[in-house]
Amino acid sequence: MKFNSVFDIIGPVMIGPSSSHTAGAARIGKAARNLFGEEPKWAKIHLYESFAKTYKGHGTDFALVGGLLGLETDDPRMSQAVDIAKSRNIKIEFIEDSAKANHPNTARIIIGNDTKEMELMGISIGGGKVEITELNGFELRLSGNHPAILIMHNDRFGAIASVTKILAKYEINIGHMEVNRKDVGKEALMVIEVDQNVEDHILQELENADHIIQISKIVS
Amino acid sequence: MFRSVAELVEIADTKGILLSEVMILQEMDQKNLSRAEVFANMEKNLDVMEKAIEDGLQGVESVTGLTGGDAVLIQNYMRDKTPLSGNLLMDAVSKAMGTNEVNAAMGTICATPTAGSAGCVPGTLFAVKNQLHPTREQMVRYLFTSGAFGFVVANNSFISGAAGGCQAEVGSAGAMASAAIVEMAGGTAQQSADAFAITLKNMLGLVCDPVAGLVEVPCVKRNAAGSSLAIVSADMALAGVTSRIPCDEVIGAMYRIGKQMPSSLRETGEGGLADTPTGRLLKEKLFGMSI
Repeated sequence: MKFNSVFDIIGPVMIGPSSSHTAGAARIGKAARNLFGEEPKWAKIHLYESFAKTYKGHGTDFALVGGLLGLETDDPRMSQAVDIAKSRNIKIEFIEDSAKANHPNTARIIIGNDTKEMELMGISIGGGKVEITELNGFELRLSGNHPAILIMHNDRFGAIASVTKILAKYEINIGHMEVNRKDVGKEALMVIEVDQNVEDHILQELENADHIIQISKIVS
Repeated sequence: MFRSVAELVEIADTKGILLSEVMILQEMDQKNLSRAEVFANMEKNLDVMEKAIEDGLQGVESVTGLTGGDAVLIQNYMRDKTPLSGNLLMDAVSKAMGTNEVNAAMGTICATPTAGSAGCVPGTLFAVKNQLHPTREQMVRYLFTSGAFGFVVANNSFISGAAGGCQAEVGSAGAMASAAIVEMAGGTAQQSADAFAITLKNMLGLVCDPVAGLVEVPCVKRNAAGSSLAIVSADMALAGVTSRIPCDEVIGAMYRIGKQMPSSLRETGEGGLADTPTGRLLKEKLFGMSI
């Protein structure tokens, strides 16, 4: 079943006008911020297809920026998000990309600060629901609706087991899990959607596990 | 977990509970939450809907200037004249449009089931409220009943205009409202299903053709159509009129029709009203580009 909650139907509470172009866009922006782990200093946002054609009228631009600032879909400051970003000296650039995308509502967000950079592709699939389809070149399928942890690790035997063992110890149930690698023995990415929020001390323990490089999390 | 309207009605009848109760119990079970938590979450949505209607009836205007103020015109008309279709119906129409005008003006709304169709369920609720005098709990239940039917549609068909045309958005929203009105008015679970089916049947084939791709024209006025049809269908079902085609089969028909629709009529802003001389002119004016 694609929808498993009545609040997917009656909700979300959001700033209009479009659940896919506004609320969904805000959630893609927020997912990017959460994965980056802090507020970025700059953002380059590529918009594709319907997002590229109608983003100004739908406020997709300020919704994406609102998400990057950490605003929820119903935050009344949403429509001032671009100005708020300016006042915080965050450089934002929008690029209307004419390239074909697999989904009509697609955004590619590249964010960074003085020390690091991150690239994420998100699609807005309707009713405010979104999926993150790419992270730093890794393909994935992640809904923004559940808490999730993303674990960069080395492609070695035992890496996955060491992570799931820790989650089991803290009685954290895995709802969805994917493992993706760039090549045999190289960097790999584990994406784990869980039912409840994962506390920082558990993340710390995961980071210290075998073959783990870096961990980030999305709070739904 | 119920997957069809037939199952939903059967659970309600077998257990002797309201349709809204079936939805509440399922949500508690799915999310492992208490009744009070589930109820409180929905009550927050009700508060947002109430506030949006208040704002809409004060008068709003969208950034583009394409929509806004029509809800006020209807309220004034109701005050000064006697509406041919009756006060309750026009009140629902006005409140549904008001909600959607707030949406177009980038105000706060609750997507029900989407932002473009957010007017039908609250618009009808706050209109029938004046006649049925529900408790706050019954008003929250109205949203659970609406949600139960929307849940079936979303999992068996679609609820977005991009996927299935406006029949999936305003069609679903109006039909959801019909079912909830029937429960609030004391009808049976089957009568709710019949009201849902009658509304959706009358919305089949409705295309999604927003001018300039924006959620304004014709979206706001289609919420008026959805909410008025919701009340008429609820009355028909309460009178004992049944749907010859069962509810789930109507939902199936909506799905197949949506699949057959060309993409130009599914929220691309390329066909239908968007592709009229005036629609093209408005788009050019707003975005400085032609289709």
